[in-house]
Amino acid sequence: MVRNSFRLIILVGLLVIFSTLVWSFNGNNELNSLAQFYTQQENIEAVNAANLVSAVVVTYRGFDTLGEVTILFLTASIIGFFLKKKLSDTQRKEVRESSDILVTASKILVPVMILFGVYVIINGHLTPGGGFQGGAIIASAMVLALLANPHMKFNHQLFNVLESISGVSFVLMGIAGIVYAGGFLDNRILPGGEVGTLISAGAIPLIYIFIGLKVGSELSNIVGNLQVTQNEQ
Amino acid sequence: MIINNTIPVLLGLMMIMAAFVAIYHKKLPVAIIAAGTISLLASILYLFLAAPDVAMTEASIGSGLSTIIFFYVLNKIRKENGTQ
Repeated sequence: MVRNSFRLIILVGLLVIFSTLVWSFNGNNELNSLAQFYTQQENIEAVNAANLVSAVVVTYRGFDTLGEVTILFLTASIIGFFLKKKLSDTQRKEVRESSDILVTASKILVPVMILFGVYVIINGHLTPGGGFQGGAIIASAMVLALLANPHMKFNHQLFNVLESISGVSFVLMGIAGIVYAGGFLDNRILPGGEVGTLISAGAIPLIYIFIGLKVGSELSNIVGNLQVTQNEQ
Repeated sequence: MIINNTIPVLLGLMMIMAAFVAIYHKKLPVAIIAAGTISLLASILYLFLAAPDVAMTEASIGSGLSTIIFFYVLNKIRKENGTQ
């Protein structure tokens, strides 16, 4: 009885707090000053980006992207820490073969998916998408390959090295921004080029490639680790 | 104009239905598939709301990778419960 009344009091209290929030909300007819700064055409052109999203994600808010990638790195390393990397032959159990449909489809689809992931990464500064999205698509291709062939040898070492190198390069690009241009992760360390061409927007494509490699190898490593545990007896 | 508004609302209702299936269904594989369906519908919704970047991430991570990881973990848990 006492517990229930406590719950009721807490619920009513939350209702009062949130109802004032809901009633005081009256929308925004104009952007606030920070958003206005981002959406102004001259500020997008100042970093030679083709669209608003890549200007904000890689340059003005590049530090946030670095934070996201760091969180993903932490997750991947914690998962790798708790799961086994390798199994001896006695520990391995017989896994039933995948169906013919899956094997045949994966042979056709995996290269196409990896190609599409690379396309999304390289064209990140021109079209929707970018490093994170392309990396996730590549990791999905790895999942399909692993599902079709459970005994696939997974080179964790290669992925670890690839991930470390791209992570360090990402930070180094940011520091180069401090030294040679306006600030951390400033993309004007490389010539801007003509907006809309493949080699343009300063360092944005390079940074996107590093992010893509890092995200792709991290996610693939997570799935690979889980796959190894799956084959355990 | 009506079509523009109905499709996101319909998608949202379907997401809520899939969420209830994910919570209340007795069989765990069905619940995992329903959770993946939520992500898939959400990615279509993001596309309608003019956010293709987010839609791409949601489709590949939300409905692809996390569903597979849930299945791996489910398999692992079942195996360990079975041997005990």
